[in-house]
Amino acid sequence: MKTALCVVAWVVIAPFLGGLLAGVDRIITARMQSRVGPPLLQPFYDVLKLFGKQGVAVNVFQNYYMVCFLVFVIVTGALFFSGGDILLTIFALAVAGVFFALGAFSPNSPYSNIGAERELLQMMSYEPILIIAAIGMFMVTKSWHVHDIAGFQKPLFVFLPGVFLAFLFVLTIKLRKSPFDLSTSHHGHQELVKGATTEFAGPSLAVIEIAHWYENVLLMGFVYLFFAFNWVVAIPAVLVAYFIEIFIDNTYARLTWHFTLKSSWIVAGVCGVVNIFLIAFLVK
Amino acid sequence: MSFFKKSPWVIHYDGSSCNGCDIEVLACLTPLYDIERFGIINTGNPKHADVFLITGTINEQNLEVVRNIYNQMPDPKVVAAIGICATSGGIFRECYNVKGGVDTAIPVDIYIPGCAVRPEAIIDGVVAALGVLEKKAAALKTMKASA
Ligand code: SF4
Repeated sequence: MKTALCVVAWVVIAPFLGGLLAGVDRIITARMQSRVGPPLLQPFYDVLKLFGKQGVAVNVFQNYYMVCFLVFVIVTGALFFSGGDILLTIFALAVAGVFFALGAFSPNSPYSNIGAERELLQMMSYEPILIIAAIGMFMVTKSWHVHDIAGFQKPLFVFLPGVFLAFLFVLTIKLRKSPFDLSTSHHGHQELVKGATTEFAGPSLAVIEIAHWYENVLLMGFVYLFFAFNWVVAIPAVLVAYFIEIFIDNTYARLTWHFTLKSSWIVAGVCGVVNIFLIAFLVK
Repeated sequence: MSFFKKSPWVIHYDGSSCNGCDIEVLACLTPLYDIERFGIINTGNPKHADVFLITGTINEQNLEVVRNIYNQMPDPKVVAAIGICATSGGIFRECYNVKGGVDTAIPVDIYIPGCAVRPEAIIDGVVAALGVLEKKAAALKTMKASA
């Protein structure tokens, strides 16, 4: 019963939270550039407008893939927030990412093709760290279940500082923020146009946007797990983590995919793997 | 209730011009004018855009480019011709390669005169264009309902 409630809460509340997060993001970004910025509810206006637009599609599959992307992101979140297996969550998230890439490959436009290729490269960059994070959490809490990890009484963060740092590093990739906004460039008027989302208009773009909201809330859920021993600490920690991401977004120009791949593997190796080894020897 | 007024995404194209109006359009994005206050985003992608801002004249070479951008924009959409060059050809009118204003290539909804146009006038013009956009959105809806 409680599980079902969690799933329903996730499906209903997450898009609102994600939209608000996006709104706050845009306002803070604007303030950092000494602008006023849009209203808080702007992301919702954007999505509602997109649903009113004509849906121009190059072929019949492309929108279908993006709906699959949304569905799998929702399934991933449902697994996560109902306290399911964290490994399964990570794999389901990867499936969602693959659908996104497939959708972007589908219209055969050079921009979205480059975007899709880069999306796959990004997945290669962040996937090891996600797995390392799950392994680290297992080694400390002795459980693969989000339910038990969240219920662990000691601060996970203290046991896994390296893993947490590595996770923060890939969070930027996953949130599709600068300097790692390789697949869907954050601002359209650039060499990549809009990358993977270039060929999506109207309702299908709205679907992608909503899926991103779900994804962002899910990722914040991951950050929460590191501090889950006490929600009074955890919620500010999540907000600070998001703020750091916005700050990085505004202070760095986009990097190349070579650098993204190399640096994220190095960070995963140095911070993540070393941390895991230390845990293996120290926590018995 | 329609949300077109609250989130107009624009695409900007500069034809044959002195680039004066071009720069003024970009000036609208700066902290001083900050058009994102009104939810306006410069998308750079015709498939995401609602408003087509065009500065400069149409010549034989950019004619197809402008038509292509216009055709790729999903409905409802509006076109705003910014600056005297875009409305009528302006000082370039007599040039051998220039066809004239934007309306020689695609239908224009709003003309925003000035040489160069002030950012205030551009914002004013875009707001006027939004009125047209709302009407087109309503027309599209009734068309869909009757179809
Ligand atoms: S209208 Fe004047 S300022 Fe604008 S592009 Fe033409 S010549 Fe330049």
